[in-house]
Formats: sequence, structure tokens, C-alpha cells
Amino acid sequence: MTILFATSTSFWVDQFVNGLTTGSLYALIALGYTMVYGVLQMINFAHGEVFMLGSFAGYGAMAAMGGSELDGAMIAVSILVALLAAMTASAATSVALERFAYRPLRNAPRLAPLISAIGASIFLQYLVLDRTSSEAKFYPNVFPDGSFGVEPFEIEYIQAFLIGSSLLMMVFLYLIIQKTKMGRAIRAVAESPSNASLMGVDVNRTIVNVFILGAAMAGVAGVLHGLFFQTIRGSMGFLPGIKAFTAAVLGGIGSVPGAVAGGFFLGMTETVGRELLNTIPGVDLPNQWRDVIAFSLLVLVLLFRPTGIFGEKVAKRA
Amino acid sequence: MPLLSVSGLVAGYGAITAVKGIDVEVEEGEIVTLIGSNGAGKSTTLRAISGLIRPRAGAITFKGAPIDRLPPHKIVAMGLSHVPEGRGVFARLTVLENLIMGAFQRKDREVQSDLGKVYDLFPRLKERLGQTGGTLSGGEQQMLAIGRAMMARPRLLLMDEPSMGLSPLLVEAIFATIRSIKAQGSTILLVEQNARMALEVADRAYVLESGVITLKGSGAELANDDSVRRAYLGEA
Repeated sequence: MTILFATSTSFWVDQFVNGLTTGSLYALIALGYTMVYGVLQMINFAHGEVFMLGSFAGYGAMAAMGGSELDGAMIAVSILVALLAAMTASAATSVALERFAYRPLRNAPRLAPLISAIGASIFLQYLVLDRTSSEAKFYPNVFPDGSFGVEPFEIEYIQAFLIGSSLLMMVFLYLIIQKTKMGRAIRAVAESPSNASLMGVDVNRTIVNVFILGAAMAGVAGVLHGLFFQTIRGSMGFLPGIKAFTAAVLGGIGSVPGAVAGGFFLGMTETVGRELLNTIPGVDLPNQWRDVIAFSLLVLVLLFRPTGIFGEKVAKRA
Repeated sequence: MPLLSVSGLVAGYGAITAVKGIDVEVEEGEIVTLIGSNGAGKSTTLRAISGLIRPRAGAITFKGAPIDRLPPHKIVAMGLSHVPEGRGVFARLTVLENLIMGAFQRKDREVQSDLGKVYDLFPRLKERLGQTGGTLSGGEQQMLAIGRAMMARPRLLLMDEPSMGLSPLLVEAIFATIRSIKAQGSTILLVEQNARMALEVADRAYVLESGVITLKGSGAELANDDSVRRAYLGEA
């Protein structure tokens, strides 16, 4: 263990915070996968593109408000506007997906909506790549630099903001699902659409609400991703999308707390886990190993515990 | 004008036609029962009325308006509640949440006082408000399903086999409840395999066999009919 301590405490604190940062993003996106699965038993593979479009909408809003010229309170205002624009764009995309790519296939064999989702994913990705000539866009670098905390327990402002606002969105979603009439309808439809309809629930409307809520979370993740990594591009949705799907499976797909737990677990494992492996003498895994770790985890979970951490009774249905 | 009128109803699933052209009428304030053996088409009839399946032919009117092309939630909004076969309790929602789901379409302010009425009818439910529906016993789930349907303040209540899987004592209790619901002025269309109990509470009854109505009359008439006694009441 001497080797582990050869690196400084602040290094491990940084890794921990990085794990929380990626974990927050995975968790936010994973919520959309798990909620849609909960009501439709279907994987919305275009959800990564919903995240990507949210990121672009947020970028567009910030650029329109002045981009890197922003200063003072206008920075905060522009971020707020970017978040709202992203949630709106993501929700609109998601509603269109549900209406045109999934609803017509509601009673088709289960493979059909899955293929439709992959097609929609590729369509949206290449649509944006075409519109942007496959070039990257850059979020304005306006977020205040610096960190707070006491050495070595420090956290950068941007990471604190990212983790904090993600948690806030998750609490918000939790309250909607647990405490509101819409949330009760969503939970009822997830258990049994026909019994929910006998209560007077408009099942189609409720499914649309699920897509909107999941998309809003992905839109927020898109802006946070842009603010943190700055570079965005049309293909950016693929990897976070499939990682978030992995997170949802890890947590137990269909389970909302599972998606959050799975997101943080995955973020931590691929970040801190890689560095822990690197403490083994002779091991020096480059950054790409984060993906190797993440997807190995997916395979292992599918093999040994397909119901995930918060295993709901989905294995029977799947 | 009858509250509910079903005429020439044909309905089924896939290649199976479970209901082959039946006429059923329910007047305001009545208890009407459909009796028949397993697979006679009783549940299919109820599912067609409440919109869960679309009829292949025939017409259904409720309060004089056609409902056979409406989705279930719109039919519920008109005042028709259906306690489905197997009770349809939401296992992961609490008892209180289940009851509140029953009032989903209501916007009036008397939901709270109606909860009180359900607790009066089923004190057991009041003790279990915070438990999830899945943890209740079969009898308690049936109470919850009926209480939840009452929360919709339905003009017409469809009940599918409320006695199924319950002990004789609980069956008595459920039928006593059905009587008290009727006494409050509700109208009930009851589907039952327990023909003896059903005919006892019913004003009128229909016998359904292989998707067609073979007999109809008052509850007392059918209870005294020889063929009914042989086929459904277990008498020689």
C-alpha cells in the first residue's frame, strides 16, 4: 500500500471529485433511459442524441447572449437561459421521437422500436454533424476559475456547480415522481398501463410526460457537460449515452434510484478504479481504459446480476 | 333510457372471439349480474365496456352517449369505473396512493371526505394506509380495489369476480359491501362465478355461455330456474 500513498492525497481527492463529476452526468442521462424503460420496457437508444441536442441548444443560447463577452451577473443569467433552452430543445426532440419513432411501433415486436431508436439516433447525430460541418463548437469559457475548500480537500467551482445542480435536478425529479399527481400516474403506468387507464389516467399523455422529464434531465446534463468540457460536437452523444445506459443497467433498469446509484458507481469506478489499478507496479493504463472498465462492468453485470443493484423484477420481462 | 346499453357486442382477442353478439342493459340503481362458467366471455364483456379492448361489432352507450370508440380514461371521466379481474391493485403504490388514484379524474374538493367514507366501509384499509398494495392480503386487496373504485364516485361500477380467491367469510363481507354500495344509490354490473351469491344480490341477471346469452330474468327467477340450478348452483 506504500505505492498508493506515493501519490498525494490531493491527487486522490481530485480523482474522487472527477468521479463524482462524470457520475453526475451519467446519472442525469441514465434517468431518461430508466424512466422510459419503466413505462415502455424499451431502450431509447436515441437518448444520447437528446443530450447532445440539449448541449447545442445551450451553446446557442449562450452564444446569442454574448458568448465569451459575457461577464458579471450576465454569466449566471446566460447559464440559466442555456439550461432552459437545453431542457426545451431536448424535451421537444424527445416528444418527437416518441410520437414518430416509437408510438407507431408500440404493439410491434420488441425488436422493432429498438431498431427504430438506433435509426433515430444515427439520424439525429448525422443531422447535427451535417449542420455543423462536423466541426466542434466551444462553450464560452466564462465560468469563474478557482476552487474552494482546504488543501488538500479542494473542489473547483465548476465541478461543485456541476455536481450541485445535478443533485438538485435529481431531488426535483424525485419529488415530481413521489409527490405529484403526474408522478403517481407515471408510477401507475409503469406498473400496469391498463389498470392505470381504468383509474382515468391518459396513458399516452403520461408516456409523453416521462419522455419530457427524462429529456429535461439530459438537457441539463448537456449544458453542464459543455460548461465543464467546453468542446461539443454532433457525435458527443454516443459515448455518454451508452455509458448512461450502462449506468441504468448497473442500477437496475426501470429503477429511478438505481439510475442515480449506477451513474455515480460507474463514474467512480472508471475514474478512481483506473487510478487504483495504476497503483499496481508495472500497470499504467491510459485514459481509454475508462471505457474498457465501464463496459467490462456492463458485461459482468449482465452475466451475473442482470437485475442490477436495485434489481426490480425486470429480468423476467426482458 | 337505460344507464348502460350493450347491443350486438362482438369482442375477443386475436383469433378468439369470446363474445358473440350479446345485448345487455343496466338501469339506474340496479344491480345486474352476468353469470357463467370460466371462459364464457364475462370478463371480455366488461373489458369491452370500459374500453380496454375495442369491440369488433355492436354498440355500447352510457348515459345515452356512444362509448365504444373511446379510450378507457375518457370512459372513466364519464362516470364508469371498472374493478378488473385480479383486482388491479398497484403493488408498489401505497394503500393511500392507490385510493387517491381512484379519484384521478376528480377536481372537486370532496375527495378527502370520500376517503373518510372508504375508511368507514373498510377500517382495515385505514390501518394500512402507508403500506404498499403488494403487501396486502387477497381480501384486503379486494377491499382496496372496491374502495378505490368508490373514490371515482362512479355512476356505474363494473366488478369482475370480486369474490375470487377469497375465504367464504370474506366473500360474505364483500357481498355485504356490494349491498351497501347499492343502498347508497350506485348502479353495479357484476360478473361472478359464484352464481349463488350473485343471484342473491342481483335485481336482474344474464347467463352467458360460450359468448352468447342463453337466459335472462330477475335474480330470483334465475335462482329458481332448473337449468341454472343444475349448471351453476350445483344442485341436482
